[in-house]
Amino acid sequence: MNVTDTSITPADLGGYASREAESENFLSYPKGILSWLVTLDHKRIGILYLICILTAFFIGGMFALLIRTELLTPGPTIVDADTYNQLFTLHGAIMIFLFIIPGIPAALGNFALPLMLGAKDVAFPRLNLTSWYLWLIGAAFTVFSLVNGGADTGWTFYTPYSTQTDGAIISITMGVFILGFSSILTGLNFLVTIHRLRPPGMTWFKMPLFLWAIYGTAIMQVLATPVIGITMLLLIVERTLGFGIFDPALGGDPVLFQHFFWFYSHPAVYIMILPALGIMSEIFSVFSRKHIFGYKFIAFSSIVLAILSFLVWGHHMFPSGQSQLANFVFSALTFTVSIPTAIKMFNWLATMYKGEIVLKTPMLYALSFMFLFGIGGLTGLFLGALAVDIHLHDTYFVVAHFHYVMFGGTVIAFLAGLHYWWPKVFGRMYNETLGRIGAAIIFVGFNMTFLSQFVMGSQGMPRRYYNYLDEYTIYHHISTGGSYLMAVGFFLIAGYLLHSLLKGKRAPANPWGGNTLEWHVPSPPPYYNFKEAPRVGDPYDFSEIHWDERIEGYVFRKAEGSA
Amino acid sequence: MGKKHSSDGAGHAEHPKWMQHHFDTPSQQFASSKMGMWLFLATEVLLFAGLFCAYAVYRANHMEMFVFGHQFLDVKWGAINTCVLLFSSLTAAWSVRAAQVGQKTLMIVLLFLTMCCGGGFMAIKYVEYSHKIHDGLLWGTQYKPTGHAAEVIHGEEAHAAGDLGGAHGRVDAGHTEAEQVAAIEAAHGAKAAGDAKAAGDAHTAGDAHAAGDGNATTAAPPAEAGAMHATELPADVLAIDAAERSATQPAAIGPRGLVPVAETDAAHAEAGGHHWEGPIPDNVHIFFGIYFGMTGLHGIHVLIGMIILGWLIYRALKNDFSPEYFTPVDLGVLYWHLVDLIWIFLFPLLYLIG
Repeated sequence: MNVTDTSITPADLGGYASREAESENFLSYPKGILSWLVTLDHKRIGILYLICILTAFFIGGMFALLIRTELLTPGPTIVDADTYNQLFTLHGAIMIFLFIIPGIPAALGNFALPLMLGAKDVAFPRLNLTSWYLWLIGAAFTVFSLVNGGADTGWTFYTPYSTQTDGAIISITMGVFILGFSSILTGLNFLVTIHRLRPPGMTWFKMPLFLWAIYGTAIMQVLATPVIGITMLLLIVERTLGFGIFDPALGGDPVLFQHFFWFYSHPAVYIMILPALGIMSEIFSVFSRKHIFGYKFIAFSSIVLAILSFLVWGHHMFPSGQSQLANFVFSALTFTVSIPTAIKMFNWLATMYKGEIVLKTPMLYALSFMFLFGIGGLTGLFLGALAVDIHLHDTYFVVAHFHYVMFGGTVIAFLAGLHYWWPKVFGRMYNETLGRIGAAIIFVGFNMTFLSQFVMGSQGMPRRYYNYLDEYTIYHHISTGGSYLMAVGFFLIAGYLLHSLLKGKRAPANPWGGNTLEWHVPSPPPYYNFKEAPRVGDPYDFSEIHWDERIEGYVFRKAEGSA
Repeated sequence: MGKKHSSDGAGHAEHPKWMQHHFDTPSQQFASSKMGMWLFLATEVLLFAGLFCAYAVYRANHMEMFVFGHQFLDVKWGAINTCVLLFSSLTAAWSVRAAQVGQKTLMIVLLFLTMCCGGGFMAIKYVEYSHKIHDGLLWGTQYKPTGHAAEVIHGEEAHAAGDLGGAHGRVDAGHTEAEQVAAIEAAHGAKAAGDAKAAGDAHTAGDAHAAGDGNATTAAPPAEAGAMHATELPADVLAIDAAERSATQPAAIGPRGLVPVAETDAAHAEAGGHHWEGPIPDNVHIFFGIYFGMTGLHGIHVLIGMIILGWLIYRALKNDFSPEYFTPVDLGVLYWHLVDLIWIFLFPLLYLIG
């Protein structure tokens, strides 16, 4: 790919050599709807996932708007209390199990992982497609519960309420069980791919940091998800057969359910955030035009986070009556999580320091990620402290913390990654100005929505309540207003992204000047990824990458070529 | 990197049909498949881990449920099933060897034998389950001991133990409960029960050999020695070292079912080989819930394993395997070994308690 001579061809600039060659791009080869539904190409499966999870995000977002609208005034506003309970349950369940867990790994990861690794595909392409179909089946079960009486337990399905309440608990837990399978297969596939399909020269420490993050994520997906599987099965037999293990009326132990649930669900929130941290590592380096600072520390901190994720589940249960010793140990372990997280944050700061920062849309999202995830992480320390947690437990403070980490962290990073890889995936550029405006609207709307929730939470507003005292009204007004603003932002983003698919400028192979392997192939990539095993170098060395006016993108060129 | 072609030696450039295009070499494909299988087995272990964890929690907190409940499991059938599965693992491992050296007929026979062992295991499980269902020894709300099992649990000789049937497993037989309360109070020297009348109640409620005991002073816990009557302690309590018994004493004021309730009042059941001395514990249905949960999930895995073995036999008959390509046999057998291994843990944990 490196060009030193003067006769430039399109291929030398990273594009396809000819029109004929361009028809080999994965979007148009082979043709037909059916070829998409039975595709084994990781890039196409990534797009199938992307369509599905964005649909789930839309549905979950609509529920969020209904919740916020209901909370505009104390007492009934638009729906009754039972409907409200179903709204927040489905908002949580859809956003978590259908959108955010598969979001980055299965959609963006599926597309990017083999390309960044230099492989032709993931290790098990058929398993990859299977996991997408499992997602569809799981989603069908979840949505079925919506029309079949709804679920009103909250996304946590705590016993004994979940074994007694009327409502479609069985279908939604069955949905979670099947979605778990989907998640396991994705994780298993990625682990084997990273272990066995690295081309010559791609050593562990030449891997892009996004792959380290996906690797850590996959470990958690494989090792934690089976536990939610058996938990959901036990909950189902508890409801259908009267099993008694979690039912205090039968001598069972409901706190055992909480332990099982959080043994999965704490790693699950790291499954959500860790790939987001990986995207950040890519973007901060590329858009600072500077080598990533502290590569090995960032790489290992991903693995450390994956390990720690299994050791802190008890901090969700401080007031549950578990022993003082357990509380103490879980609290102490929770504080240690801040070490690998802070390593990443400070290394990104150091990467930006004296860099040539380019404020393109992905970088704007990355900067807002740093701010929002910073707040989300630091408020986590409040909740990890035993005494403070007694006051803040089950208040809006927890809701705000969770959304700052999961939305301010993962969703913002997902948007950053979406904008970063969009030209590579679809071969089209979106409108940069609208992109920046969208990022700004989301940032402002998000802070309006959730900063106010920190305030009302610390003043005692409990989470999941339908009604509230008048003194909280002002905070709820701000919060609801912010959520409407975010909705405007998301419709704007959806608008210009869809527009770009039809009318967008053709994307060069390397619009941002990245040096990971996906930027070495044309946009969109050919269906076979790489004709021959790619030459692997330092993924964060930008010295041979230069802006080329002719294609309005970056090209790979040895130092004597220009500059 | 050029493709390294399979060792079928024919010299033509086409790769074998089992070779997938995104792998560079057969060994890379084999290593990937094997690693994927091991990871999948790890998820299976973690799926069962939830049930093992539930087992550990309930057994640690309520040992008596497990000691009482396990006597209704048939060790003989369990042991036979263990042997059947161990033998099936031998034939399974041997079939991989046969695949590696290209002994097709032997491989098919061995796979078939393995599948038959799985069938035998399920048949024996069917016999065991039928007995449990017949006796009403099921989980949670379905726990309704009848017939033989009921004799043991509310046996004639043990009428004092009260009725354990029904969902809540509470001791609910009126006068029996009153006797028990009296016995507890007497045995532990509660102030209200310190008088002769209470002691007498306990005495009548208790059975003969408890009353015949005479060595109470040394046996009584130091804190309560003053209020203690010699005759209230049964022989098996006295057999326990005094220091150890005093350590367990506070449990007596804990909730029902944790307590070694009035040893004097114990159920002594002896019917059809089942022998039980001591109080009938509460919530025995939890033990049967865990038993059915663990063996049921395991049984489902045996069935899945048999389907996989059948599929392997089908493909072997189609000549899909060769000494160069036997990955599915290897992976299917790995799965079978896991199914076997889980039973190796289930058998002692469920059948060989106490």
